[in-house]
Amino acid sequence: MSELSSQKIPVTVLTGYLGAGKTTLLNRILSENHGKKYAVIVNEFGEIGIDNDLIIGADEEVFEMNNGCVCCTVRGDLVRIMDGLMKRKGKFDAIIVETTGLADPAPVAQTFFVDEDVQKNARLDAVVTVADAKWLSDRLKDAPEAKNQIAFADVIVLNKTDLVTKPELAEVEARIRGINPYAKLHRTERCKVALSDVLERGAFDLDRILEIEPEFLDAGDDHHHDHDHDHSHGHHHHNDHSHSHGGLKHYHDEDMQSLSLRSDKPLDPTRFMPWLQNLVATEGQKILRSKGILAFADDDDRYVFQGVHMMLEGDHQRKWKEGEPRESRVVFIGRELPEKTIREGFESCIVA
Amino acid sequence: MSLEAKKIEFMSSEQLSIASMTDRVKPVAVGAPVASVHFLGDRAAFVCAEEKIALAGADGEVSHTDVHGGAILCAVSDGARVVTGGDDGKVVALNAKGETSVLAIDAKRRWIDNVALHPDGAVAWSAGKTAFVRSGKGEEKSFDAPSTVGGLAFAPKGLRVAVAHYGGVTLWFPNMAAKPEFLEWAGSHLSVTFSPDNKFLVTAMHEPALHGWRLADNRHMRMSGYPGRVRSMSWSAGGKGLATSGADSVIIWPFTSKDGPMGKQPAMLAPLQARVSAVACHPKQEFMAAGYSDGTVLIVRYEDGAEILVRRNGSEPVSALAWNAKGTLLAFGTEDGDAGMLEF
Repeated sequence: MSELSSQKIPVTVLTGYLGAGKTTLLNRILSENHGKKYAVIVNEFGEIGIDNDLIIGADEEVFEMNNGCVCCTVRGDLVRIMDGLMKRKGKFDAIIVETTGLADPAPVAQTFFVDEDVQKNARLDAVVTVADAKWLSDRLKDAPEAKNQIAFADVIVLNKTDLVTKPELAEVEARIRGINPYAKLHRTERCKVALSDVLERGAFDLDRILEIEPEFLDAGDDHHHDHDHDHSHGHHHHNDHSHSHGGLKHYHDEDMQSLSLRSDKPLDPTRFMPWLQNLVATEGQKILRSKGILAFADDDDRYVFQGVHMMLEGDHQRKWKEGEPRESRVVFIGRELPEKTIREGFESCIVA
Repeated sequence: MSLEAKKIEFMSSEQLSIASMTDRVKPVAVGAPVASVHFLGDRAAFVCAEEKIALAGADGEVSHTDVHGGAILCAVSDGARVVTGGDDGKVVALNAKGETSVLAIDAKRRWIDNVALHPDGAVAWSAGKTAFVRSGKGEEKSFDAPSTVGGLAFAPKGLRVAVAHYGGVTLWFPNMAAKPEFLEWAGSHLSVTFSPDNKFLVTAMHEPALHGWRLADNRHMRMSGYPGRVRSMSWSAGGKGLATSGADSVIIWPFTSKDGPMGKQPAMLAPLQARVSAVACHPKQEFMAAGYSDGTVLIVRYEDGAEILVRRNGSEPVSALAWNAKGTLLAFGTEDGDAGMLEF
């Protein structure tokens, strides 16, 4: 029994700090004439102004998995709700999970990785984070939840852009990019965004996500060398440190970074897989998200993986296409990432 | 397949009547995914995933009854009626005549996640963190668990309800002022069952394991090693063993000694290249029925693991399996809506 991912119901996780505009976006999604039916899991009834018999109230119960790993948390209520929703298969096209403004997206995302029954029926499509253009910069300083939500995002809806000046907007975007250069970013007023830009993105379909060039990172290795050089000493001094790339402001967040690795030489699977598993097992609390497309030696298939903290999911995705460069790309977003160790570890997996 | 070969070998050593069992199954036109099946006398009530219950006689005649406005999330039976909870916030009872009655409607129209029945007529249900009990006399009480209720079960004696939740099970005595007793064990506890002799309590956890307590001294029993979550449990005749789904063979934990399964290995019967998805022990005899994720239904003898094929593989998982009280009829249903009955 092979479960094709296309048959799995796509799940969009909607996050965003208090007051950023999550409910506005949700109401917009539900009221727009898109001919689709969504099952919406909300944390509070009554805020949604649309009649829809598939609005389900959630309790945001975060459970630790019984495997001794403190970051392996899931949303127990979501497991139960997904179970019930699967009895109504065919009555809706997709699922939207709204989280509270103070929620950590990890347990929601991990629910879709770790629970066998949930994984069989649904796939995480994208984490969409609504951010308030006026207040996000402040929240990034004082609210770790807000920073987590940005770091986790596949899509960021930067809302209330009418309330800030152009330089302020550039500033907040630079701060977002300092944390997460890989998410697709949309600037909006009152969450006016094309629904196709936030829903059924297939953002977890790595094929697409890794084709999006990190907008602030140069594709080549030069920048990474600079980065290494600049930052390997005294990591704690660069709050608000910024520099310029082609006129764009570039922030480095104090504690949240992203790391991109690539190689055009094949990787040795017998070295890479144990290395990756060991890396997330030992550094998983620091690694919020990991994703990769891998070209293994003597393997005509592309291998893809994605992870949340210590949880990894990977598979042979498809054959490499004729003329397609057989390149491996791996991305990590996290806190205090041991960059040197990760880079050296990755290098050691390349077939010489 | 080797499975077929094995089957034929077994059948040839048994009576001819046993060998023809797949042919003796009467199909039941339920016409919708089946979530569970329960016998009301000699009529089988196939509880659908949504809206309806299909009542079928041994003659194969089917009548459908609407019970909920949406998904049917849980169902339980005492042999006289089937009680269901739905995502419409209702608790509904159906009797053998096909008559329904609404037992309760949640004030906030929350999902009814669990239902349980007591032999004296009391009914329990839960919505979110709150468990409710209505006694046979119609008196209603409620209890707020520390987290969402994962499962409910009445003890075989007295009015005592086991409420499974995150971090353990609370034993609640709705008619007593006494403080509920808390059985602690880390993790998320889902379905819960008392042994028929009232000596043990077992939960199926969110992780692929069971946890149990000996009620005399609350001693823990860990029953782990499953590759998948245990969704179906059934006590064998006389409560001698607890048969469970969740592995590629039927796992039966022994409960004959005063220590229950502690320090003992479970019996592992009827291995297939598929996961066991439903189990139903015969109410009187020393054998059981097992349904698998590939659609296979087998009858399995405890003593030697001998198997009889009731239904061939090649469909969605078997999601419903039950014997009537006399043990003369077996009913099954699958996730893709196939169903059948077998006269034994």
